[in-house]
Amino acid sequence: MEDIIINENQIKQEEYIVNMGPQHPSTHGVLRLKISLKGETVEHIEPHCGYIHRGIEKMCERLTYQQIIHLTDRLDYLSAHTNNEAVCLLVENALQIEVPERVKYIRTILDELTRLASHQLWWCAFGMDLGALTTYFYGLRDRELILDIFEETTGARLLQSFNTPGGLMNDIHPNFIKKVKEFIVHFRKKLPEYDELLTGNVILRERTNDIGLLTLEEAISYGVTGPSGRASGFACDVRKHHPYSAYDKVDFKEILYTKGDCFHRYKARVEEMWESMKIIEQLIDNIPEGDYAVKMKPIIKLPEGEYYQRVEAARGEFGVYVLSTGEKYPYRVKFRSPNFSNLSAINKLGAGHKIADLVAIGGSLDLVIPDIDR
Amino acid sequence: MTFNIYDFTSFNQWIDKTLYDNLPSFWALIIEMTLIGVAFLLFYAVIGLFLVYAERKVCAFIQNRVGPNRVGPYGIFQTIADFIKLLMKEIIPINNADKFLFNLAPFIVIIASFMAIAAIPFGKGLHAIDFNIGIFYVMAVSSLGVVGILLAGWSSNNKYSLIGAMRSGAQIVSYELSVGLSMVTMVILAGSMQLSEIVEAQRNGWFIFTGHIPAFIAFVIFLIASTAETNRGPFDLAEAESELTAGFHTEYSGIKFAFFFLAEYMNMFIVASIAATIFWGGWMPLHIGGWVGFNHAMDFIPPFFWYMGKTLIVIFLMMWFKWTFPRLRIDQLLKLEWKYLLPINLFNIILMALVVLMGWHF
Repeated sequence: MEDIIINENQIKQEEYIVNMGPQHPSTHGVLRLKISLKGETVEHIEPHCGYIHRGIEKMCERLTYQQIIHLTDRLDYLSAHTNNEAVCLLVENALQIEVPERVKYIRTILDELTRLASHQLWWCAFGMDLGALTTYFYGLRDRELILDIFEETTGARLLQSFNTPGGLMNDIHPNFIKKVKEFIVHFRKKLPEYDELLTGNVILRERTNDIGLLTLEEAISYGVTGPSGRASGFACDVRKHHPYSAYDKVDFKEILYTKGDCFHRYKARVEEMWESMKIIEQLIDNIPEGDYAVKMKPIIKLPEGEYYQRVEAARGEFGVYVLSTGEKYPYRVKFRSPNFSNLSAINKLGAGHKIADLVAIGGSLDLVIPDIDR
Repeated sequence: MTFNIYDFTSFNQWIDKTLYDNLPSFWALIIEMTLIGVAFLLFYAVIGLFLVYAERKVCAFIQNRVGPNRVGPYGIFQTIADFIKLLMKEIIPINNADKFLFNLAPFIVIIASFMAIAAIPFGKGLHAIDFNIGIFYVMAVSSLGVVGILLAGWSSNNKYSLIGAMRSGAQIVSYELSVGLSMVTMVILAGSMQLSEIVEAQRNGWFIFTGHIPAFIAFVIFLIASTAETNRGPFDLAEAESELTAGFHTEYSGIKFAFFFLAEYMNMFIVASIAATIFWGGWMPLHIGGWVGFNHAMDFIPPFFWYMGKTLIVIFLMMWFKWTFPRLRIDQLLKLEWKYLLPINLFNIILMALVVLMGWHF
């Protein structure tokens, strides 16, 4: 009987700790958030990663550069094409190979299609996190068309591995241009539906306004990039500030907001979908003729030294660091994944809010867990 | 005895008289109770299965999908197949759970909805009990369900369940007020709490038309508050699956889960029938003053169909909310009730009293 009697002070000191995850519907994967609660209010959040750690960086030390491409797909599976491109650009820049213009154009178009598909899935999941289940089917309806385009040209719907150092695996499918144009026409009509269903909804506004505020200083110090960072006013768009592929040839707007709450992170992504469509429209008619790849040696050896290449993935700045000793394998590979940095801000964002807000904040950061654990 | 689909009074009286004439009154009472119990069980099961199917089809319609279409024509046997699956599923015992309360909770929830359905008039003379405080009784027993939800959350030994149950408690206790007060508004207009009399008072026009502005406000409040009271739609915080996995019924499996599931749909049916009864005239056909031919044509449709039609429209409205809106947060939910609905409701009661006193209603 004695151990049942607890003195009053002890009860006050005890925190109500809830483990959100690794198996939980709102973490979109195997992320574990250890939350201390006070009633419904979240006092402290402690993210625990590593449930899907596959040792990709270590594996890369025993793979050739062509083989690494296939692992980068598995980091952020929703930005597979963009991640591939980072490694390809790194190798090409290190060897000072100039890829044909055609490759640059196709890469950029595929990049933007990847971004669109990723933002569509984010939109679905964000609605679902807030309890609006219908959004899921609206988003997937349109995403399906992009995946069909990918399937036809690259042979895969999700993990394309279509880039290769020196160019692309293959030329685009003859239907590619027609289908992309059809998709843009379709999606320009369908995107306003997203706004009608969710953006203008008073409950969504109430749920996301002033929730999870992130100031510009905090965004920079936590390294929050991508639409999440830009919603706080952090001009971090790699496409704009350090253009690669064909981004220097297109005209697009960097979506910047200053408030940095959940609603503006939401808005930034929806607006980015419009910008992505604009970029594709500018490029799709002007794909130059030419080869789809330059002839590379079967075994690529990077000269000794350190290399870093960054690209703008759907969730932020994705970087690849390679330390080469001149062998066919890299000596060390490090991926700078946007989600890891974005997740690091979650305690700052979520502490003091309700549990439901935490779900909204998690949704607005658009976390992909395999990218965090690598 | 004449069996008349438009009026069950004489049929019921005939059964009653025959039983009491031929049997001792104690046995006659037992047989009557059994008959009504069996009838309600059947009705309950059929309505439950139908509503689950309807929800899946409505939700599919809203979400660009086809919905169930494999078991039977248009998938109409899908819910029966699902229910058989739930019946045969293993009931997983929970470690360190309060076994007695854990097993008791689903029964409390389902009994509460059972009791409420007894007072609802399905047609002329077609109700189990016709109280003089019918509406008060429905309110009282339907709020018993929260006890079951609280017990389920407490006894599951699961933190998510406990949070869900606490949310549900706060929510139902608050929204009960709005449901009650909007009913009171209509009781003022009807001048009676007996459900059959409320329906009878709408012979020449449903209350939503005769009571015009205050009745309409009361209807909107009732719709919002009753959706919240049944833990549905944008107010499904108690089971918010993206936050609390499944809230209070996370740990339940098999038939016990089916009980919660069924009770949720029956509660929706009950609040929809209350809404149909006090605002849309229950089983009363649509009558428009002066249009004799039209009124006769409307009378031709049996009252039970009028009642079901109105109820299903209200249910459709509630499904529509559920599949369109995001979920509210707990503090916003309570703010909506205490800062908006309750003051509007109190004002509305005064307005309705004024309308009735001055005879401004039709």
